Amino acid sequence: MDNAKGRVFKYGDNVDTDVIIPARYLNSSDPAELATHCMEDIDKEFTKKVNKGDIIVAAKNFGCGSSREHAPISIKASGVSCVIAETFARIFYRNAINIGLPIIECPEASKNIDAGDEVEIDFNTGIITDITKGTSYQGQAFPEFMQKLIAAGGLVNFINEGK
Amino acid sequence: MGMTMTQKILARAAGLESVKAGDLIMAELDLVLGNDITSPVAIHEIEKMKVDGVFNKDKIALVPDHFVPNKDIKSAEHCKCVREFARKNEITNYFEVGEMGIEHALLPEKGLTVPGDVIIGADSHTCTYGALGAFSTGVGSTDMAAGMATGKAWFKVPSAIKFVLNGEFEGDVSGKDLILHIIGMIGVDGALYKSMEFVGPGVASLSMDDRFTVANMAIEAGGKNGIFPVDDKTVEYLKEHTKREYKIFEADEDAEYDEVYEINLNELRPTISFPHLPENTHTIDQVHKEGDVKIDQVVIGSCTNGRISDMRIAAEILKGRHIAKGMRAIVLPATQAVYMQCLEEGLLKIFIESGCVVSTPTCGPCLGGYMGVMAAGERCVSTTNRNFVGRMGHVDSEVYLASPAVAAASAIKGFIACPEDL
Repeated sequence: MDNAKGRVFKYGDNVDTDVIIPARYLNSSDPAELATHCMEDIDKEFTKKVNKGDIIVAAKNFGCGSSREHAPISIKASGVSCVIAETFARIFYRNAINIGLPIIECPEASKNIDAGDEVEIDFNTGIITDITKGTSYQGQAFPEFMQKLIAAGGLVNFINEGK
Repeated sequence: MGMTMTQKILARAAGLESVKAGDLIMAELDLVLGNDITSPVAIHEIEKMKVDGVFNKDKIALVPDHFVPNKDIKSAEHCKCVREFARKNEITNYFEVGEMGIEHALLPEKGLTVPGDVIIGADSHTCTYGALGAFSTGVGSTDMAAGMATGKAWFKVPSAIKFVLNGEFEGDVSGKDLILHIIGMIGVDGALYKSMEFVGPGVASLSMDDRFTVANMAIEAGGKNGIFPVDDKTVEYLKEHTKREYKIFEADEDAEYDEVYEINLNELRPTISFPHLPENTHTIDQVHKEGDVKIDQVVIGSCTNGRISDMRIAAEILKGRHIAKGMRAIVLPATQAVYMQCLEEGLLKIFIESGCVVSTPTCGPCLGGYMGVMAAGERCVSTTNRNFVGRMGHVDSEVYLASPAVAAASAIKGFIACPEDL
């Protein structure tokens, strides 16, 4: 799995799936369309500023609330390469892995990385490097099967590839 | 080491003698559920899978309930996608408008969820069926697709928090106040990845509807599932609603719990969650001390509080009274059966005479879909389950979560109130 590298968007505790993708847009399931409203109710600037490869860093319980897979889908379709948080809500955690959006729990990184920092993540080792600050943190490395699952683009392709 | 009730059910479904917290298991599923928002994504995924149809047409439930009757063209397309999939795969438990209800009120009523079941649903409030002693948990659409295709799902066996209930509710306190109190106490991630097991002598006094409300909001504490032991009331409920056979599981006496909380039901007061997190709880007494919270709208319904006892509580308070001038009160019986019962018991007349509107079953306003979306600056007291930013409409609107009794009394007064204030 390739490293993720990009600039950081930073959020706090309990970012819920309603603010990640508000229900008023759930009459669509098209990833590109969902991406145009990603994070809209918590950060109106997100969709204007996000670039391919960028990274979301948040605090506790990221992705809590509704089970809508549209939430990680919209984040992935926005070009975000990884979400780092202190903890994730469990349904969001499953959904992100299942659709092939890399996520890492790392309380230290979550606390110390600031918005706008350039960050690189090595998924093989779980090492998160804040290039701007010249610091690094040990996140949880993905087990091999999860790396393959994410590299395949999600659970469905993974199953189809017979891995 | 003993197992919790949840662990015993998961061990059975995985074909194992025993499991412990942290084990990764593959479990056989008794039911896979989806709605009109999550199923289209799952259907798209299952169509990409190299599988021949679904694992069992009787063990899948498809319930369009969020944006039905179709609120717009895009929603209509989603519902059409679910309908066509159900038809093509001869899904037994597809519920069309006219038969449907809000999924988590409907499935127990139809007898599709029984003790000992392992159930996944692409809806976070799937944890509701723990009220009947089943293991049920919310998942996303891809898990739903894999579940429909294979009849299996993997789980990490959860550890548990035990809530020992003592005494009985007093006054206008109900299951909603209990679960809001618990979420206020442990926080919205207080049970993250864990089971919430509700036990103790106080359980017997809780109605089944109260238990559904409590289990329903386990997810609001981050819980994987919420579960009640099976007792006489559960057995009575099952006699009325199902012909399915079931197996009763009990936690071992030496089961290990991460934490144990003792709760005296008689000490609870009507409890309200202020914006914008369910953990932000205030008792009605605190609310009165802090000053009136004026409101614009009341919603009584949802998978949390749209059952017949909720309707009865609201109607009893509204009977012979009128809602405040300028107030909008929206009542949503959760299923067609609840709606019919409201009709037969004269509750619809009470609601309409008091100035409420009564809607066909839908999740509608709970998630800001339709049927009561709010403008900037507006406030709603709602019997629903989430009060996140923008949940019921504009990002500058506010949702206050409460019981049907508080919601009805607040509609009459025009500010947050309880029946004692009338």
